[in-house]
Amino acid sequence: MSSTKITSDLLPQKFGKTGRIWTAFLILLCLNGLYCYYKQVTLGLGITGMRDYASWGIYISNFVFFVAISLVGSLITAIFRLTGVEWRTPLTRISEIIAVSAILFASIIIIVDMGRPERFTHLFLYGRLQSPIMWDVIVITTYLTISILFLYFPLLPDIPILIKNSKPGSRVQKFYKFIGSFWKGTAAQFKISENAVKIISVMIIPVALAIHTVTSWLFATTFRPGWDSTNFGAYFVSGAFLVGAGGVVVAMYVFRRAYKLEAYITDKHFNNMSKVVVMLALLYLYFNINEYLVPAFKMKKAEEHHLHSLFTGHFSGLFWSAIILGMIVPVVVLLFPKGRKPFPAFLMGILVVIGAWFKRFLIVTPTMLSPFLPMYDVPESYHHYIPTWEEWSITIGSLAGTLLIITIFTRLFPIIPIHETIEEMEHSKPEKT
Amino acid sequence: MVDLSKIVPLSPIQRRDFIKGALLAGLAGCTPHDPFTNEAKKENVQPSGEMVKLLSTTGEIIEVDKAYLKPTEEIPSISNMAERMGIEGKKFVMVIDLSRCRNLKKCQEACNHAHFVSDFQNWIKVYPMQDAETTAPFWQPTTCMHCDDPPCVKVCPVDATFKRQDGIVGIDADRCIGCRFCMAACPYSVRVFNWDKPIIPQAVKDLPYSIETSCPPKIGTVSKCDFCPDMARKGELPHCVTACPNGVFFFGDIYEDTVTNGSETVRFSELIRDRSGYRLMEELGTKPSVYYLPPVDRLFPFKNEQNS
Ligand code: SF4
Ligand code: SF4
Repeated sequence: MSSTKITSDLLPQKFGKTGRIWTAFLILLCLNGLYCYYKQVTLGLGITGMRDYASWGIYISNFVFFVAISLVGSLITAIFRLTGVEWRTPLTRISEIIAVSAILFASIIIIVDMGRPERFTHLFLYGRLQSPIMWDVIVITTYLTISILFLYFPLLPDIPILIKNSKPGSRVQKFYKFIGSFWKGTAAQFKISENAVKIISVMIIPVALAIHTVTSWLFATTFRPGWDSTNFGAYFVSGAFLVGAGGVVVAMYVFRRAYKLEAYITDKHFNNMSKVVVMLALLYLYFNINEYLVPAFKMKKAEEHHLHSLFTGHFSGLFWSAIILGMIVPVVVLLFPKGRKPFPAFLMGILVVIGAWFKRFLIVTPTMLSPFLPMYDVPESYHHYIPTWEEWSITIGSLAGTLLIITIFTRLFPIIPIHETIEEMEHSKPEKT
Repeated sequence: MVDLSKIVPLSPIQRRDFIKGALLAGLAGCTPHDPFTNEAKKENVQPSGEMVKLLSTTGEIIEVDKAYLKPTEEIPSISNMAERMGIEGKKFVMVIDLSRCRNLKKCQEACNHAHFVSDFQNWIKVYPMQDAETTAPFWQPTTCMHCDDPPCVKVCPVDATFKRQDGIVGIDADRCIGCRFCMAACPYSVRVFNWDKPIIPQAVKDLPYSIETSCPPKIGTVSKCDFCPDMARKGELPHCVTACPNGVFFFGDIYEDTVTNGSETVRFSELIRDRSGYRLMEELGTKPSVYYLPPVDRLFPFKNEQNS
């Protein structure tokens, strides 16, 4: 494949009709979310379905979900890089932009959950390090910064290509020049950039593990049955790997279809990523068994209500679908070579992602509704948690927001690194022939 | 920090009776008889002819023209800092005698009334409890335990929930960011959240927030039982203690080793020892300041009188 063909294949394309409809749809969802948030700010959190017992709801579940899916950035870019997985190149930018947009919305949704968002600055004025929330603030900011750098550095070699191929004097070209015209592509610059990326890929792994562990500690540092677990850090990390990998499979499929990238994101990628998903799903299953079997075997009094609500009670439908559809079915399907073809892998990726979202809901809500002292002397509505439409709108708005960032990003930048692809194709040619 | 309570002997509860623009003599001490008139004359205020009676600082009744009175801003009697520090040399404890509780919920009523707790929410909950199927049921009132190792304080990111030197766990609603982490952390489920705008009289709404009265409640923040430190400052008992007709609640100072329910005053250590006092969920290590006396030799049979 010639480098001109690669360049023209991978350059960002103008939105077609579907692209425009899709973007408009996302913007609409975001606006609806914004409207509901405005309502929430003026009327208070009373418009949500949360009450004194279930005082955290789908906002927090969504937050944990965002944090989880953002792990994919470090999985694909850092871990695959360090372990020398070669087929990762077309996936790196996809996973990195998922990571950046997810972590961005994680920080937004956590402010949405606050009863007094205007006092956000109090975290800096009066912040106390003993609170796991402060740990989360620190580690999320660090991860966001590193992830943006991780997106930015490998983007630099592509920028001259973008400048060359955009309309002279256009606003887009000015933007490209603004973010990267210092990049001349000299050997020295390449060396610096390469070293920087190497350092970041080592750095990002502990930070990525920390962000999930700290998020799990938000729960595990309390006494509540269901959260009072030493397994939580590892459980969250493995779950995050799984949903991240699932998310990448879905994104791979969508980009391949939308931008006709069959030559770059090949069946081999689906095959390999599917195997990764199987491995991670098995790992996550293992931690789930630890998480539920051990307390269920002992059935301590405080745990009883919580576990019953999951296994046979109010949340059992959701619980078993998350386990069976979100983990077991993908494992079974993806074990077969036919299941690892793009389309079935895509479907399994969707199952994994949706299952993961509900899993986060199941981590938060059933525990909140299983307090140590019985729920008594409170109105009927306090016994249940049913998110209101405003809550759903805000949550869906935030999910649409991440997709919107990804969409706009792909409109501006090549979703598969052009320079790197050319390099690789040129390098691998003599070896293969 | 100056403890204004020693200079202006106004308790926050009394303050509540003042409507905004309260008439407060700011210049007391200029002349023993009528500081108002002289000062007002200096400022060229025209008398309105309408006289009001006032009590001077020396204890005399004086008559002053209404026009001479200047409305001043509400002065909080105790600074926020002093409220955060707590009362020196005290360590408050509560003892709840389960053998006397018959679920009348007078405590709850008085508490909700005094603190403007929102409808359907309660700082005090009275639970029907039974340890096992074959054991005796009993009523168990719960308040904030004012734990000595409070999980709610540990998790609060902005120091809005804090532990005072007198053992009280307070909430600063001007500081709270509404993250509700403390609610997730409290194993006793005693914290309530102001989900909606609190419905309270305008006069209360206009008061500056006081940690000691937890008033006025503010939207988007957490609140809970505060052991009524404003009452303690006045040397009075918390509202629940005085409201309970059966004397279920005993309140006192562990350093003095005495607790009282208003009519009986007893040695705390003896009471706990002789009646086998215990605390809730001791295994969690929260070290509550609320002790329970087991429901033995009950004064009343267990039945739900409230709802029947
Ligand atoms: S009972 Fe709950 S709210 Fe009160 S001090 Fe203990 S942990 Fe905090
Ligand atoms: S809700 Fe308020 S008091 Fe509770 S932890 Fe958050 S900031 Fe602290």
